[in-house]
Amino acid sequence: MQLVLEKRAERSNTIALVSPLIAIGMTIVTMSILFAVLGKNPLLALGVYFVDPLTDSYSLQEIAVKATPLVMIAVGLSLCYLANAWNIGAEGQFLIGAVAGSWIAVKTQGTDAGAWVLPAMLLLGAAAGALYAMIPALCKVKFGASEILTSLMLVYVADLFLDYLVRGPWRDPHGFNFPTTAEFDPVATVPVLIEGGRLHLGAIIALAVVAAATVLLGRTIKGFEIRVVGAAPRAARFGGFNANQLIVLTFAVSGALAGLAGIIEVAGPIGHLQPGISPGYGFTAIIVAFLGRLNPIGILIAGLFLALTFIGGEQAQIAMKIPLDVTKVFQGILLFYVLACDSLILYRFRLISSTRQVA
Amino acid sequence: MSDSTPSSPHCGETPLLQTIGLTKRYGSFLANDAIDIDVFPEEIHALLGENGAGKSTLVKAIYGLIQPSEGEMRWMGHKMVLSGPSEARGRGIAMVFQHFSLFDNLTVAENVALGLDGKESFKDMSARLEQVSRVYGLPLDPRREVWQLSVGERQRIEIVRALMQNPKFLILDEPTAVLTPQEADQLFIVLERLKAEGRAILYISHKLEEVKRLCDTATILRGGKKVASCNPKAETAASLARMMVGTEIKQVKAATQRKVTVPRLVVNDLCLEPDDPHGVRLQNISLELRGGEILGIAGVAGNGQDEFFAALSGERLARDPGTVVIEGIAAGHLSITQRRKLGAAFVPEERLGHGTAPRMRLSENALLTGHAASGMVKRGFVDTAVTLSTVDRATATFDVRKAKRDPEAASLSGGNLQKFVVGREILRNPAVLVVSQPTWGVDAGAAAVIRQALLDLAAGGAAVLVTSQDLDELAEITDRIAVMFHGRLSVALPTAEATREKLGLLMGGSSLDQKEAAHAARA
Repeated sequence: MQLVLEKRAERSNTIALVSPLIAIGMTIVTMSILFAVLGKNPLLALGVYFVDPLTDSYSLQEIAVKATPLVMIAVGLSLCYLANAWNIGAEGQFLIGAVAGSWIAVKTQGTDAGAWVLPAMLLLGAAAGALYAMIPALCKVKFGASEILTSLMLVYVADLFLDYLVRGPWRDPHGFNFPTTAEFDPVATVPVLIEGGRLHLGAIIALAVVAAATVLLGRTIKGFEIRVVGAAPRAARFGGFNANQLIVLTFAVSGALAGLAGIIEVAGPIGHLQPGISPGYGFTAIIVAFLGRLNPIGILIAGLFLALTFIGGEQAQIAMKIPLDVTKVFQGILLFYVLACDSLILYRFRLISSTRQVA
Repeated sequence: MSDSTPSSPHCGETPLLQTIGLTKRYGSFLANDAIDIDVFPEEIHALLGENGAGKSTLVKAIYGLIQPSEGEMRWMGHKMVLSGPSEARGRGIAMVFQHFSLFDNLTVAENVALGLDGKESFKDMSARLEQVSRVYGLPLDPRREVWQLSVGERQRIEIVRALMQNPKFLILDEPTAVLTPQEADQLFIVLERLKAEGRAILYISHKLEEVKRLCDTATILRGGKKVASCNPKAETAASLARMMVGTEIKQVKAATQRKVTVPRLVVNDLCLEPDDPHGVRLQNISLELRGGEILGIAGVAGNGQDEFFAALSGERLARDPGTVVIEGIAAGHLSITQRRKLGAAFVPEERLGHGTAPRMRLSENALLTGHAASGMVKRGFVDTAVTLSTVDRATATFDVRKAKRDPEAASLSGGNLQKFVVGREILRNPAVLVVSQPTWGVDAGAAAVIRQALLDLAAGGAAVLVTSQDLDELAEITDRIAVMFHGRLSVALPTAEATREKLGLLMGGSSLDQKEAAHAARA
């Protein structure tokens, strides 16, 4: 008997839906083994990770708060990835968006600036993210530099720039020398949706982004252009679509969304600019994008699931003394399985016997 | 049907290869239904049939690529079970595929090395490669990378690779589909020589004349079944075609008198440097094509046809706008989309990956070339009702056979996808149609539909430019034929005067004598 991978005549839509679930299942099995090796009861640990956060309203809100930046960034990344443009630097675009938006908050601090402050912060955050993302895109188009490398390297530039600002020029003079700006004024803060809760306007914006991307990809010629440039570059050129323009465009859009997510995060749940504003949202969003099949609705679901792992990871650290890094291990394993399971969409396993010939 | 006739010259001899009741089932579909064939040493055995008749399935089983569901194969009288192609190669079975299995980024020599099981050093192998290719008149530079080569040259690699295994039994799948008459003649000399060396050749084709000329025996398949085994030299092309298709093939009909109108496509002294260093430089190409006319461009693959197509379509832009004039408007600097808006339409040589996005639906592939000028897009939004109706109209008008209303392009057979790709453009009612290899690897039925469509389009007043390596095709549908050689285009000869000899000379790079050229230019 022999196991072969056989090409399917058509892509399987069933598997396209089921493959993320298979991947999650295999990840959970692998994690159970890992927990057992760490000397923890796997069932208990999985319960803390995936079930406990769903049982109280604080955690549920917190999941939505964490999912907000993940979904916004991942939707942008999915546009890039569909067009075969590999933006790995969303983390940096997120940070630059946060820095640029915060600039208005810092400069208007304590003045009687009006309601224009927050919209201006969001716009500037998005614009800065877009411009920052266009650096690797233009390097790719003009000089052929690998956008994977350049976008990734710019993450560290952004990270250190933020660090410099909050330790130097923007440091809160009354902050006991902690590297942080002062708390933003109310006009520079994203409003919460439920009084006393944590869920904020950003969640609504994320849902709007999902809806807009669904329409863009499914209904418009631009969405078709994005998909065809990625799926069949030569046919796309024959169709009259310019792949280089599209690289710049998709990078700009995904940078804008990452930058917007960054400033919303700072002006919302955090309330001030400080180092470590992101627990790796820009990188986790890559997993979200693929787990969600580069489809906006799928990304919404995947974003909520990955947010769950962040919350579950925190609780597991508190309740079972499982290191927080295990969450990153989990996310890495998940991405691995998602990409592996994707081959089943275009291929299928078949058992064939090597001896059969006469019936 | 009966096997070889009683008067078979092989009476009592053991066949080199024999299949008995060979059957291959895919689900409920019978690709091969109880096929018996005998192939003897020193024989060129034709396997004739339309696309989808089961020829490829049969040879894949013989080459060990697939396992038969039922039946058996015998090799020199002994039962043979193959677990894979390397076992087949071990026994002396070699195959040249219709669709090349080459790695684009590797050199010729590296590709050949990958296909061989031997232990000789790369250097010895390269030397042997050059020697084999020289001896058999199939020139190849082992150091060139495959992506730079033309279709014809790529096929040469496949043939040389097969010959280097010194096979007893050679399978050739539609080898002349991409060759010029002279190249095909060259190949026939090679094949006759291999036969004289005692080898058996299984020759898959649907070109009846060449089968009659070359082959000793023909087995004819239709719908997965063997319908006859005969001596093709004793048959007529018509009788072979009848057995192959099951009915009479419809002859294409040209309109008795097409009205030739104004120039719709003019090329003025087009020169273009190639994109890639091994590409062909286009040099001083000029032509004028009027409405109602079909101009053919003949030539050996890789003489600049691809570059010329890119320059006409706008996939490559010319610096001087006046070099390409479409409908009286200088268009050399315009993008492919803008040229489409002027009324031009294009059908490239490669159906999958160039003409269509393989993994996208037909409606999306209709949108691919129709988005600029067919009412498919309104304020940036795609009207799926319009794209789907385009698919339906192409299906109905050009008899595109498919499993469902809107399948992925890659799931269609070559002939049906080509009918869709040509139909998609013709439905837009173009003023100018530039089409490259319209019937490459397409069955006789589909080819007739496509050629008729081109004739009808010209009769309706469009200007049609056909690049093809099939001279019979050009003779059948064109009014004039020009030849492309080393990036230059010859003067166009009226088709009636363009004999195979004249075209062959031009394709080989010699010019016709002055008087004749002057005469042709006047005509």
